[in-house]
Parts: sequence; structure tokens; C-alpha cells
Amino acid sequence: MFGGASAGATAGITAAWRKARHRQPGPNRWLLVTVNKPAGDIDAVGLPEPLGELGDRIETLVEPAAGGKGIVLAARLRRPGPSGKTARLAGKDPRQEVRLALRRAKSLLETGDVLLPDAPATHPGPRGKLVALASRRAGGEGQL
Amino acid sequence: MKALCWEGVNELGVETVPDPRIRNAEDLILRVSLSTVCGSDLHLISGYIPFMESGDVIGHEFMGEVVEVGPAVRNHKVGDRVVVCSFISCGRCWYCEQGLTSLCDNSNTNPGITQHLWGDDPGGVFGYSHAMGGIRGSHAQYVRVPYADYTAFAVPDGVDDLSALFASDSVPTGWMGADLGGVRPGDTVAVWGAGAVGQMAARSAQLLGAERVVVIDRFEYRMAQARQEFGVDTLDYTATDVGAELREMTGGRGPDVCIEAVGLEAHSAGPQYWYDQVKQQLRLQTDRPIAVREAIYSCRKGGSVFVLGVFAALVDKFPLGAVMNKGLTLRAAQQHGHRYIPMLLERIAAGELRTTHLASHVLPLEEGPRGYEMFKNKEDDCVRAVFQPNA
Repeated sequence: MFGGASAGATAGITAAWRKARHRQPGPNRWLLVTVNKPAGDIDAVGLPEPLGELGDRIETLVEPAAGGKGIVLAARLRRPGPSGKTARLAGKDPRQEVRLALRRAKSLLETGDVLLPDAPATHPGPRGKLVALASRRAGGEGQL
Repeated sequence: MKALCWEGVNELGVETVPDPRIRNAEDLILRVSLSTVCGSDLHLISGYIPFMESGDVIGHEFMGEVVEVGPAVRNHKVGDRVVVCSFISCGRCWYCEQGLTSLCDNSNTNPGITQHLWGDDPGGVFGYSHAMGGIRGSHAQYVRVPYADYTAFAVPDGVDDLSALFASDSVPTGWMGADLGGVRPGDTVAVWGAGAVGQMAARSAQLLGAERVVVIDRFEYRMAQARQEFGVDTLDYTATDVGAELREMTGGRGPDVCIEAVGLEAHSAGPQYWYDQVKQQLRLQTDRPIAVREAIYSCRKGGSVFVLGVFAALVDKFPLGAVMNKGLTLRAAQQHGHRYIPMLLERIAAGELRTTHLASHVLPLEEGPRGYEMFKNKEDDCVRAVFQPNA
């Protein structure tokens, strides 16, 4: 929705967001990460590139975290997509993209990079292929 | 290069795998000098940690020589001798800044797996399954070390390789148990497990001022090491009533601090072992928490129990009533080694922390499967098998 908003403006929007959260069904909940940056840097944080790449498919919020513990980045889809187990296994749940973008944005802001895994095993076997599938989905799954 | 790989449940093999390469600017590549087995590896090998692929390189406690650095590495250069913390820390997330480095937000490349399992993800660790980040392990000629400025530590000149090796995991894990367990001068501390981590927890408790330290195990050769190296008392749980012995040693109160260094495949002499074993094999629980239960029941009122052993998920018959009604403080963590390793290396250099006796068997990497077999079955008085991948 916006990137370089002032802390004052975000406070009002945050209130609306919290109110809105309670009205939303599961598939369109806000997804959040907290970035370990001073709240005073909130304007500089803006809308990090991994989130920007999702364009107007998402709305976003940036606000100071409670207790001075950094800056909260929040995002949610404007139009929810398929969200069942089949869609998630197939990597077709669009929330997976949002979670991935949030995590990458956080890592970029905190460390300047996103850690890459090592090269995959050369002969993972049938069980390993299931593990590899889980790993491919893991960046977009979880509790955000 | 050669590497020791997980090939299936209870199956290891030495294979040729692709050399690691710099993938992030803060990586370094290490030529591994020494890499040791760890009791927590046995959980992987036995299939209790299911997120393994055939061909995954295992091993997470290691040291070696830097042979390549990424463009953003500032603290290390080619030729440096370093010991590497088994957990990978970015050094800049909120958890790392708090010193809770094994909870790093940015070092687990597969956070969704453990978030589903545990509600949140710990940091990545070398060679410990794809659930814990999918970073290759150290039982190999070379290993990639991410976030090298935060995860690798220069070894002081006065510290030899074998002494430094255990500063990677066993020493900081043991120190953390004593430190975060709240050991204070004059305390009596009981430690379950006389393996490397248990011994280091016992020694750490002494260095933090404990008046008496008691180590509980069933293998005489391990208890003998603990007695001879550190002068602690020992109890063989197969031969005595541990709770009664501990009460007798503490004027009827129980230890002030109890440190569990056993983990999810605990053994006991009583019928509860078979109860836990059956439930675990039927997957009605994932872990056997026998030593944790005993620590909770043995601890004095208002005391502290610290869980250092690795657990995977769910346990049965957990004595929460004892924790609550005795007013215990229960803590646990994977090791936050980054906050301790420089200080521990200084203590090793000063002779306060002896570690080399833990390396009961130093072997070439080709004998990796045999090393693990000896370690698992406690053959030939094996405390730790240490591999030399480039020997």
C-alpha cells in the first residue's frame, strides 16, 4: 500500500489493519515479519524489493514493532487465491510467494543478502525427493 | 572431494561429492582438519529426524584452515586456523543481537518445516537435516561456512587443533547449560550424561563456582574420565537409586541445578525404559525423556533444570506437576555458542578446560561408518570418534 510512510501515519493505518485482521477469514490474513532495524529507520526501509516485485497483488504495511524491537513488515493478498493442501503442495497458494518475499525482505534489510542452501544431494532417493519437495515449499510455508 | 554421507536409516557411506563453493558473499570455504561425531548425529542416523536425503553430508563439530573467502568476509583470510560454531548465526537479527544465536532468524533456509513442527524456526546448523537448514555437514574434506565473520572463530596460537575442535559444540553447549541453568558459587550440580557435552557441562559448573558436581551415567569408562579429568562425583544409575543418592549428597534437598545432557534416545534401568521404547517405536511419542523426568524429580524445590540433550517433538508422561509445584525453572536451548566461544578458547589456552581426552579415537574419514558404529555401541571405550578428512 505504501513504503515510505511516517510513523504517525502508520499508527493510524495499523489500527485499521488490526481491526481489519479480525474481520478477515484465514486465507487472507496479514503475514508479518519483524526486521531488526531501529524504528527511526522506517522511512528508509520503504518497500523492500522482494515485496515490490509482487506489485499491486499485495497490500503492505510498515510500522514500528512493539517494545522498540524493530520494524514490522506486513503484507497480504488483495485477492486470495487457492489455499488448500493441494494448492500448497503444488506451490500454487499465492500466500507462499508473500511469505517468501517477506522473509527475503527481512534478510536483505538485516544482512544485505539472502542465505542460499548448499547444492542438493546427488542421489536423494524416493524419501529424499519428498524431503526436497518439502524444502522447496518451506520458504513459503510456516507461521508468518 | 570425499565426504561421509547419510545413505538411509542406519546406513552411512564415504562418497565422492561435488566440492563446496562460495554461494553468498559472506561465505568462506574451510579445509576441514578435524570433525567429530556427536550424540545428536545418532538421532539423524537412526531416522528420528526424518528430513534427510540420501547423499546428505553429516557432521557439525569441526575446525580447519580457511582456503577461500567471499568478498564480504572481513575477519578471516586464507590460511587462518578457525573453529566453527555448529550453529550458523547471521549476527544481525534480533535473536543474534540478544546472544540467542542458535535462534537466528536468517540462517535456516527452510524455515517453514520447523515452523510447522514447533511454531517457529531455530537457526541453521551444519549437516543436521533439511529441517535445520540443509547446509552440508563437516565430515568432508571441505565445507562452506556461511556468515563466516559471525560463525567462525580464530584459534589462538597456543591452542592445538584437537583442543580447539570441541570449542565448536561440546564445550559451548556444556557451558551454556551451566551458565543459563544459573549455576552459582556453592551450588550442587547434577549432570545426566558423561559424554563430551555432559563432561563439559560438569567442568563448566565447576568453573562457575559449583561446590559439588555429580555426573550420572552407566558407562564406567566415561564416568572414570569425568572423575579423573575433573574430580567430580559419579553415579551409575544401573547400580543405585539416583534420586536417593542425590538427596543424601545434598542434605535431603536435592541438587540446586540439574543439567540433562542425554537427549531423545535416553536409556534407563527401570521399566519406564521399555514403556518409553514401545511408545517411541509405535510413534505414540517421538522422544524418550527419561533423564529429563529424573532431573525434574531430583531437583531441589525452586531449583533449575536445563535441557541440553536434543529432542525432536513429543514426549509422554512429562511431570509438569512437579515442575509447577516445586517451583522449578525449566530452560532449554540449542547451543548459543557464538557468545561463549572466544572466552572458552581463552580458557582452553589457559589450561582451565581440558578437552583432548574426549577424542578417544582419531580416524581417517574412510573409517567414518566404523567410527559411528563404535560411538553408538560404546565399543572400545569410545567417547568421541574424530575424523581427519585430509589426512
